Amino acid sequence: MQIIDADIVIVGAGGAGLRAAIAVAEADPSLNIALVSKVYPMRSHTCAAEGGAAGVVKANDTLDYHFNDTVSGGDWLTDQDAVELFVNEITKELIQMEHWGCPWSRESSGHVAVRPFGGMKIMRTWYAADKTGFHMLHTLFQTSLKYPSIKRFDEFYATDLMVDENVSAGCTAIEMRTGEMKLFRGKAVIICSGGAGRIFPFTTNGAIKTGDGMAMAYRAGVPLKDMEFVQYHPTGLPGSGILLTEGCRGEGGYLLNKDNYRYLQDYDLGPATPKPVLKSMELGPRDRLSQAFWQESKKGRTVQGKWGDVVWLDMRHLGEKLINERLPLVRDLSISYVAADPVTDLVPVRPVVHYMMGGIHTDINGATPVAGLYAAGECACVSINGANRLGSNSLGELLVFGARAARFAVEHAKSVKAPREALVTAQAADAEGRIKALFKRTGGKQRVAQLRREMNLTLEEGCGIYRDEKSLRESVAVIADVRARYRDVALEDKSSVYNTDLYQTLELGAMIECAEAVAHSALQRTESRGAHQRLDYVERDDKAFLKHSMAHYNPNGDPRIDYLDVTITKSQPAARVYGAAAGGQAA
Amino acid sequence: MSKRNIQLEVLRYRPEQDREPVFQTYTVPCEEEWVVLDALNYVKDEIDRTLSYRWSCHMFVCGSCGFKINGEPKLGCKAFLRDYGDKIRVEPLDNFPIERDLVVVIDDFVDKLQSVKPYIIPKEEKSVAAGEYIQTPAQLKTFKQYSMCINCLLCYSACPQYGLTNQEFIGPAALALAHRYNMDSRDVGRSAREHVLASHEGVWECSFVGACSIVCPKDVDPAGAIQQAKFTSAIDYLTSMVGIGGK
Repeated sequence: MQIIDADIVIVGAGGAGLRAAIAVAEADPSLNIALVSKVYPMRSHTCAAEGGAAGVVKANDTLDYHFNDTVSGGDWLTDQDAVELFVNEITKELIQMEHWGCPWSRESSGHVAVRPFGGMKIMRTWYAADKTGFHMLHTLFQTSLKYPSIKRFDEFYATDLMVDENVSAGCTAIEMRTGEMKLFRGKAVIICSGGAGRIFPFTTNGAIKTGDGMAMAYRAGVPLKDMEFVQYHPTGLPGSGILLTEGCRGEGGYLLNKDNYRYLQDYDLGPATPKPVLKSMELGPRDRLSQAFWQESKKGRTVQGKWGDVVWLDMRHLGEKLINERLPLVRDLSISYVAADPVTDLVPVRPVVHYMMGGIHTDINGATPVAGLYAAGECACVSINGANRLGSNSLGELLVFGARAARFAVEHAKSVKAPREALVTAQAADAEGRIKALFKRTGGKQRVAQLRREMNLTLEEGCGIYRDEKSLRESVAVIADVRARYRDVALEDKSSVYNTDLYQTLELGAMIECAEAVAHSALQRTESRGAHQRLDYVERDDKAFLKHSMAHYNPNGDPRIDYLDVTITKSQPAARVYGAAAGGQAA
Repeated sequence: MSKRNIQLEVLRYRPEQDREPVFQTYTVPCEEEWVVLDALNYVKDEIDRTLSYRWSCHMFVCGSCGFKINGEPKLGCKAFLRDYGDKIRVEPLDNFPIERDLVVVIDDFVDKLQSVKPYIIPKEEKSVAAGEYIQTPAQLKTFKQYSMCINCLLCYSACPQYGLTNQEFIGPAALALAHRYNMDSRDVGRSAREHVLASHEGVWECSFVGACSIVCPKDVDPAGAIQQAKFTSAIDYLTSMVGIGGK
């Protein structure tokens, strides 16, 4: 097996991975960086983020406001030291992005413009029309081309982490063009592989978001933290699940039920004013808005469509000029996919799985319990998002913690000696052996598409916007069954070159592991908090559950779940307040 | 709603077993609102696990699923079945070697992208503490359109010059991106890019057929960018002749 030596191996080349790579290159140009990704960087799912990135920049705003919005938005499950660090750092990162050429939308004065976003008390969301993630990703990718120490390995599928006595030593990855396994030996590894939204059937997430990195860390003994917290974005297009940015509501769009009534006023989010008010109505947090949809549906006040219930997103009053200027992609997607022009028509929407608050357990420096192993971005749980992420905090998170994890990885890499060669080589041979065994397996009766469908459906039914013990036990059982049957999947394609049967099979394995962590963590959290709503335990229970869930992999059965205290510094848990009581200003 | 059976003719090429690319036809029961990519996904999931192609976002922004569909370069996620008859032919993009089935080798493009130095080259390094650059909406507008490229490579498939020059021409997307940075008020890198842009393989190679702008799914208008770049390149040349430094 070919060995590729690097000082720092980064798995994933989306926003977090690219930011990390640049940070390493800037910290010490003599360090060799291997940037390993299963797709070309510009295909990474950061490109699909639309609305923006929050950072305190205007005179009417303070770091405390951003801190408080984020902590209460996360229903106090956030680690407050991490949030404080985040709000302190993010604006510098956004300015850095500006210097690197990110085409932020501007005020007439030439300063960056900000827009309102859900759950934010002050307008602080920097944006590049409705393609913010796209522009950030391309700015980072293009900027990364400046640094000769960043060596990219595009279309390499990482399979396993190499760990020597709880010290990270690299990873194996398959070169997709040849099918050859390579060993990337590195003194530090940073996982930046994104979320796992594809475990659900109806998601804004692209096909690549299969939780590979989360599962790789999980199998290597790193706990997955707070996996039960899955964000439903309130406005996805029915059928496709395509995201319509929160910016639609930030700019003043309404959500209407079948009676053309702004129903959010019935869920402690009102009053309904014609102009948007921060932290009210359509600018409430995503968990509350998606829950309100579910309640409306139960009351029979949603619209019955071909793909289930929908409500209407009404942007007609915003006018063609504003829509073209600030929401051009939304218009393009709505016309193309649901034949509704936001300028003249109501657009059907429904909640759609969008983001994993949970992920690889890290500390405030992006470090996992395995020395030299770091994680950042959606795959990680630092945790600044707690039980519910506020829109426009994730693009910021991947910058702040991508860069921060990189700086700590650099320190680590400089301080350690090379791992034991023989042991790492043996682990890599094992990893290769598992792939070879998969190729040799014959007569498998199980099909990837069928197992994936069963896993998808049980998560939607059992681990959706509202859950209860019965639904969760059903999900746990189905996932265990799917996991057992997965061992009987045989490849139909035995070729070496760009074998997507192989990668989809490996991705399914990763997804099953993530799904298992979601279902078990949700089953054992007998309270309701943020995006985790239990019909059988409707109250938040700070006494028992002001704690992070930690799911530990068990190769032979159910994961073990234990708990870690939340870090509270200056904000004691209180009621989350939105609507009139939140005192938000007009946006 | 009723399903429609589509005959999907897909160009297959598996280098380990096929001597040359061959068409394979699949009968796919399609929903009316599907795009071609959905039909390919149906084939992959239900009919033939061995078919390979790239895709991810399904919303015209990741640029993965560029194919030639009934002869035209298109994004698979933006090619709606409602616009096609019951027989649809899907092939890999032209002008790139086929790696496998609909997957093409894009190394050449990635190299060309790098060659135009697609990043801000500032007049002097500015610290983050010094804050943002002031850039008015009018200044932003001069390059914004050219920053929208998703690298889907439809334009390279459509570009006759890229094919005719055996891929020596730098091509629409990379040239448009160079122009994007040249036009950015924060950048002074035009002279650093000039040797590539004004080279034999640069903007002057473009014969202004405009096919790139026609197929572009994001209205980037690379042809317009190249024309503008030719103009500024000529001005640079003239000013250098009379001894006045350009940007």
